[in-house]
Amino acid sequence: MHEQLFKEMAQSIIDGDTELAEQLAKQAMELGIDPLEAINQGFVIGVNHVGSEFSCGNAFLPELVMAGEAMKTAVSTLEPEMARRGTERQVFGKVVIGTIEGDIHDIGKTLVATMLSASGFKVFDLGVDVSALKLVEKARQEHADIVAVSALLTTTMVRQRDVVEALEDMGLRPQVKIMVGGAPVTREWVTEIGADGYSEDAIGAVQVAKQLMGVS
Amino acid sequence: MAGKIKSVTNPGLKLQLLSPQDIEKIHQATLDVIESVGVRFPSPKALDIWASHGASVDRETSIVKASGSLVEAALKKAPPVYSLAARDSSQDLPLDGNHVFVGTDGCGVEVLDIYSGERRRSRLQDIAEIARVGDFLEEVAFHWVAVSAQDYPPESRGLHELKAVWENSTKHVQTESIYHAREAEVAVEMAAAVAGGRQALRQRPVLSIMQCTAPPLGHDGGSLEAALVAAEAGLPVGFMTMSACLTTGPATLAGNLVVGNAEVISALALIQLAYPGASVFYAAAQTASDLRSGAYTGGGPEDFLFGAAGNLLSDYYNVPISMGSFATGAKQPDWQAGIENSLSTFMASVVMSDMLLGVGLLHGSRIWSYAQMLMDCEIFSMVVKMMEGIPVDDENLALDVIKAVGPGGNFLKQKHTLKHMRDLYLPKYMDRRPYNQWEEQKDNAADWALAKARQILETHQPAPLDPVLSAELSRMITTLENSTRINTD
Repeated sequence: MHEQLFKEMAQSIIDGDTELAEQLAKQAMELGIDPLEAINQGFVIGVNHVGSEFSCGNAFLPELVMAGEAMKTAVSTLEPEMARRGTERQVFGKVVIGTIEGDIHDIGKTLVATMLSASGFKVFDLGVDVSALKLVEKARQEHADIVAVSALLTTTMVRQRDVVEALEDMGLRPQVKIMVGGAPVTREWVTEIGADGYSEDAIGAVQVAKQLMGVS
Repeated sequence: MAGKIKSVTNPGLKLQLLSPQDIEKIHQATLDVIESVGVRFPSPKALDIWASHGASVDRETSIVKASGSLVEAALKKAPPVYSLAARDSSQDLPLDGNHVFVGTDGCGVEVLDIYSGERRRSRLQDIAEIARVGDFLEEVAFHWVAVSAQDYPPESRGLHELKAVWENSTKHVQTESIYHAREAEVAVEMAAAVAGGRQALRQRPVLSIMQCTAPPLGHDGGSLEAALVAAEAGLPVGFMTMSACLTTGPATLAGNLVVGNAEVISALALIQLAYPGASVFYAAAQTASDLRSGAYTGGGPEDFLFGAAGNLLSDYYNVPISMGSFATGAKQPDWQAGIENSLSTFMASVVMSDMLLGVGLLHGSRIWSYAQMLMDCEIFSMVVKMMEGIPVDDENLALDVIKAVGPGGNFLKQKHTLKHMRDLYLPKYMDRRPYNQWEEQKDNAADWALAKARQILETHQPAPLDPVLSAELSRMITTLENSTRINTD
């Protein structure tokens, strides 16, 4: 039994201690612990704890982000071992995310990516100034469930429509949901371009993504 | 006839916020950041300028590291005082450190319709109408592009917006919605047409350009190049940081000031290296992100402190400032909007920030409200009044009148009262009615402000722009649109 180790794992996430999380993940592999067990009985407990503390107002966004980063590191440390064992972590869905072409504003997009990843999505963050074609191409390669695209300027927001059209042109629209975000985005805009969801902040974006995946 | 413009001038109040030593520390920390960490300038043109002046330039990452002495020497070339010109020269705005002027906020994406109250996407006609109302109001000294003309193509939208403002107001226009060199070139051409030629434009810049930085420690390439185009033509150019504690800046206030300051002064230095002596201004609208969502807040005690701190920094660099005040995060004209817009505007005014942005937007500068616009003007009027302070001289001490009235009398019948009563502030939208009157109507400030806005819109006719000039501006925009179309084909 590795109860103590699992407890430390959970605590490393709660403390947002990326280095310790990585070290504990390595320790688990050395001990021959199933990576899925390390994730589900150790690290995830920490993520859930921070999440519930956040929900009742005791924890704040930076704590969520740091827990998310530590979780990401722990999972990626365990990934080679999962691959070796032929197992895979269950995720809610795969998300390709980026800030649209002509726009370099990335804080909101990055925050959404981190929150999604911490909440159990597999996220491919393509960065800023990303063309619709590049986003859609990546979605095709990775069999993504969601494409999420951000814009801060009203002049670049119009290109969010291109993503919807590009997915349609490639025949991927039936299997890929589209989320849009950024300060100028409104519910009406989402409806007009035929996207599936939007949120004004990162926490809401996770809820929207879960809804789109049929997870409550 | 052009309306007069209201401003804070000859201030009677002072604020002690940062000591000269504090400012010096922030400045030194800023230079350290620019020199050791660097600032991102993703524009080949900007990188060439930095490189030719001996800064260390990384072409891969677009990061520029410049020595403190290079930055300081460049900033010293900026003129401390200049004027923003208006179509009507009696409405020119001296940025001389002794005036606080207010503009409209920008750039929103939705409008609360002035008649139906319905929230809808913004369009060009809104810009024209907001400009017309702004032209009438004495508190509005200049215009930003208040909302985005989303019914026009992105590549020329900023130009249609400028034309709409010029056609509906004689006041100065400052645009925050020109993001590319090509668009800036046409904007300059249009401004020159309005001013009466390129040389006249240099003398009397009827247009100024405000660009946003990309915090932390970065700039947008298109914005930089647009600013360089404008500066070359003699238009005043400013860079606004919106770095926010927690997300794009450190959680601490002083740290966030350093990040924002590094962005702004590095950009102003670039402009001075390219065009020594060009008119530039500092601009800031710093905030603290919401602890729970990370979202932009548009108000809060930190914002109000930043609102005053910005001008202390711009004074140190001896350039004018454009400060983000108003711009509440509230969803409607309510308690929150009143608090946020009053405190932010007071704090920015008490330190004599040259330009304040701006009146009229809700939900963190996203939704235009005419009621909010007029109530914001009232807030500014009250601040103007407060900034007069309390004059103490024989006339104001009123000793003769006090002696004449004596114990138990009243001052209503005194000539001194008649002489000075109009110095007292008379609010437009404060409810001072008896309770029963209110009970019959149950209306409030927002209703009165909206009714006034409707009346202005229906009756105010600004001095028109010469139709020949108007047609010329249209032609310039069409030329750009045609060339863009050819390029895309």
